[in-house]
Amino acid sequence: MQYLISVIDDGTGTATADEMAAIDAFNDRLQSEGHWVFAGGLGSPDPATVIDNRDGEAVFTDGPFLESKEYLAGFWVVEAPDLDVALKLAADGSKHCNRKVEVRPFL
Amino acid sequence: MREAITRAHHEEWARVVASLTRRFGDLDIAEEATAEAFATAVRRWPADGVPPNPGAWLTTTAKHSAIDRIRRENKRDDKQREAQLAYDDHSTDPLGPIEDERLRLIFTCCHPALSMESRVALTLRMVGGLTVPEIARAFLVQETAMGQRITRAKAKIKAARIPYRVPSAEDLPARVSGVLAVLFVVFNEGYLATGPDTDPVRHELTAEAIRLTRLIHRLMPDDGEVAALLALMLLTEARRSARVSASGELVPLGEQDRGAWDAALVAEGHLLVRERLAAGVAPGRYQILAAINAVYTSARDVGDTDWSQVLALHDQLVRVDPSPIIALNRAIAVAELDGPEVALAAVDRLAETLRSYHAYHATRADLLRRLGRNQESRAAYDKAIELAGNTAETAYLTRRRDQLG
Repeated sequence: MQYLISVIDDGTGTATADEMAAIDAFNDRLQSEGHWVFAGGLGSPDPATVIDNRDGEAVFTDGPFLESKEYLAGFWVVEAPDLDVALKLAADGSKHCNRKVEVRPFL
Repeated sequence: MREAITRAHHEEWARVVASLTRRFGDLDIAEEATAEAFATAVRRWPADGVPPNPGAWLTTTAKHSAIDRIRRENKRDDKQREAQLAYDDHSTDPLGPIEDERLRLIFTCCHPALSMESRVALTLRMVGGLTVPEIARAFLVQETAMGQRITRAKAKIKAARIPYRVPSAEDLPARVSGVLAVLFVVFNEGYLATGPDTDPVRHELTAEAIRLTRLIHRLMPDDGEVAALLALMLLTEARRSARVSASGELVPLGEQDRGAWDAALVAEGHLLVRERLAAGVAPGRYQILAAINAVYTSARDVGDTDWSQVLALHDQLVRVDPSPIIALNRAIAVAELDGPEVALAAVDRLAETLRSYHAYHATRADLLRRLGRNQESRAAYDKAIELAGNTAETAYLTRRRDQLG
């Protein structure tokens, strides 16, 4: 079973060098323990563009789809047998990246 | 016959739900099939007689009903069957340190990833066997809203794959305290029911909380906090009939007719507390609370209460749980030992955090009254009456205020 662990930032900005080092250490652990699927960090949502091409004519909107103080700053996709394991990984991830995180199961 | 069915419901409901959940890996199917098995029992037992082993009969009947439902659904959706089989794989894990399927059910319903409201509702439905309308009534929530709350919780357990198992030894203490918190919420809602149109004490809720706590105590006899919560509930429940007067007014501990306390419940609670003391393990929150209540219920007269013991226990409790509510209760013991003036100073320090808590104002009102500061006392009673949600408590506070003269 795969879970998305989203990193929620509320304006603290990009990770510090210490935070980056802690995230690297956590990533190494995910890989060695077989939980690693994928991960990535995101820039601030300011330069985002929303595209709607449902009608076949792409409309571009400047800015993020949701204006909010809190935004998605990065994510992990992890492999875990159940929510208890995923919650433990998420709790460690939150500690390492020094941000709130959200856990959601993939379908 | 009615009695036999009620007894079977009390004794077997959780066992049947637990065994079906393990077998089919789906709380929804387990709940529906169990309810159906009991409905069948209500139809058939009056004519056929109670089967020699009601539990086995109910489990078999429920299993057949579950298999029928899965067959019906599999015709529609093969994918779902795959999902179910995958989930079922998981439940073949060896049993944890405690071997009873009902424990798996309890820990799943009280999982920390569910909101407290959902945990309470789900536990009462799946473990307690209360119906959705009963739970809705108990918490003054619309039936549809309560139904949705339970449905959403079951859906989350399935979609997020909350495991159906007893937590590992390492996680057990934290998870047990999560389960006890759920039972304590149920008990307290019964003991100090809120709402202008509710009975001040809702016996069906306190009784259900005690029944479920007894069950967990039987399943985990060595856990000190479980035993202590049971003792705490029993010692509180023992005073139930003395706690509200015939006119529906709260009677404070010091004024209760101690002869009206339930001696058997007091004795059982005391025995549990003594067993915990004998175990010699550092006591947790519920063990200290139970010990405090054991001191209260040991005195033949309120004047004989060992207040220095009560205070010492509160000092211990503050170290385990530094909440301002504990500090408020500690001040009540201080008043008995060092007088109302010292206690009032301690209470006033809690103003910031407890300003919207009725018991803070009620305690202040009482201390001010004892100090002869009637005008301030009256104002504090007014505030307490405004904030109190329990009808018996409001009646008591109003009388006390009006007696100030």
